[in-house]
Amino acid sequence: MANPITIIKNGIIDENPTFIQVIGMCPTLAVTSSAINGIGMGLSTTAVLVFANIFVSLLRKIIPDTVRIPCFIVVIATFVTIIEFLLKAYLPALNASLGLYIPLIVVNCIILARAEAFASKNGPVASAFDGIGMGLGFTFALGLLGLIREFIGAGTAFDMTVLPEAFPRTLLFVMAPGGFFTLALVMAVINSIRNKKA
Amino acid sequence: MNLILLVLAGIFVNNYVLSQFLGICPFLGVSKKVDTAAGMGMAVIFVMALAAAAAWLVYNLILVPLNITFLYNIAFILLIASLVQFVEMFLKKSAPALYQALGVFLPLITTNCAVLGVAVTNMQKGYNFIESVLNAVGGAAGFALAIVLFAGIRERIADNDTPKAFDGFPMALITAGLMSIAFLGFSGLIKL
Repeated sequence: MANPITIIKNGIIDENPTFIQVIGMCPTLAVTSSAINGIGMGLSTTAVLVFANIFVSLLRKIIPDTVRIPCFIVVIATFVTIIEFLLKAYLPALNASLGLYIPLIVVNCIILARAEAFASKNGPVASAFDGIGMGLGFTFALGLLGLIREFIGAGTAFDMTVLPEAFPRTLLFVMAPGGFFTLALVMAVINSIRNKKA
Repeated sequence: MNLILLVLAGIFVNNYVLSQFLGICPFLGVSKKVDTAAGMGMAVIFVMALAAAAAWLVYNLILVPLNITFLYNIAFILLIASLVQFVEMFLKKSAPALYQALGVFLPLITTNCAVLGVAVTNMQKGYNFIESVLNAVGGAAGFALAIVLFAGIRERIADNDTPKAFDGFPMALITAGLMSIAFLGFSGLIKL
């Protein structure tokens, strides 16, 4: 088994699901109008990802190869339903602001991709670490995008006002187009850093 | 509620891709050429209308009477996955011409979150059967419109010199952002 730290680092930096693999785009763009929303979504997805990875890994020798995708989807959907209940009960405000995107974690391609590419080939412990790494990479990306968008769009960071009142806000950045622009700019910065290295 | 307004709102005001961020993966993935984008758009309209109808029936005739509505998410995703598979087999046998046009896009649609999204929205808003189907048709037509326009713009951009760091995804995202601004102009046009 590979070193857990390497697996986690792989998820956060080398194969960051958002910036490098460019998967799971819908929640990335939709819920990052503030840092707290982004991180809440990231952590919910991480929880689903870790448990789905562990269970897929435990069941990997039982699930017949031909029907593996539907089986994975049922496992994922089960955990999404559980998370939805937990959020509704304990964090109703976050649940309300994430809304439709909580049930849609089911179709987040990151989770199915990790089940297929990692958990169905590795043991439960390694799969759990892979889930943590990928999940944190996703959370980091969403938190960063959310922070940039709310800073430019509303002058706040984690819901606290940081820009002086007189400073103009670019409201566009917390609306839909801002999601596209922010992600484009962050990816362009990463590209230019990589181009220089190469 | 006016049914025509429901369709128009789906196409312009609540555009799935540009204002709600549903179905971004196929939007970015299958939009390099106008032809394929149009094929994908058609396939999505077809599947989404069917899926919304089927999801409404499953929810109201099975989940509600049995009091297991909390299983809606699992039920809908399995329904959509099997429906897509079924449509693919059905078209292959009975409408080969249509299959030729839409075939390659069908498996991709299972992971199009707009399909699950429309099923969940219909349920949350308590739409009746006809409203559900029309909401799906409007939303899917909005998706088709957005992806065809987007592919047209990307075809032009492909021949231009863009800064190296913006090659590929960043440029596509900027384009989508500008389209999204244009579609903001429709907001407030229809209040539902």
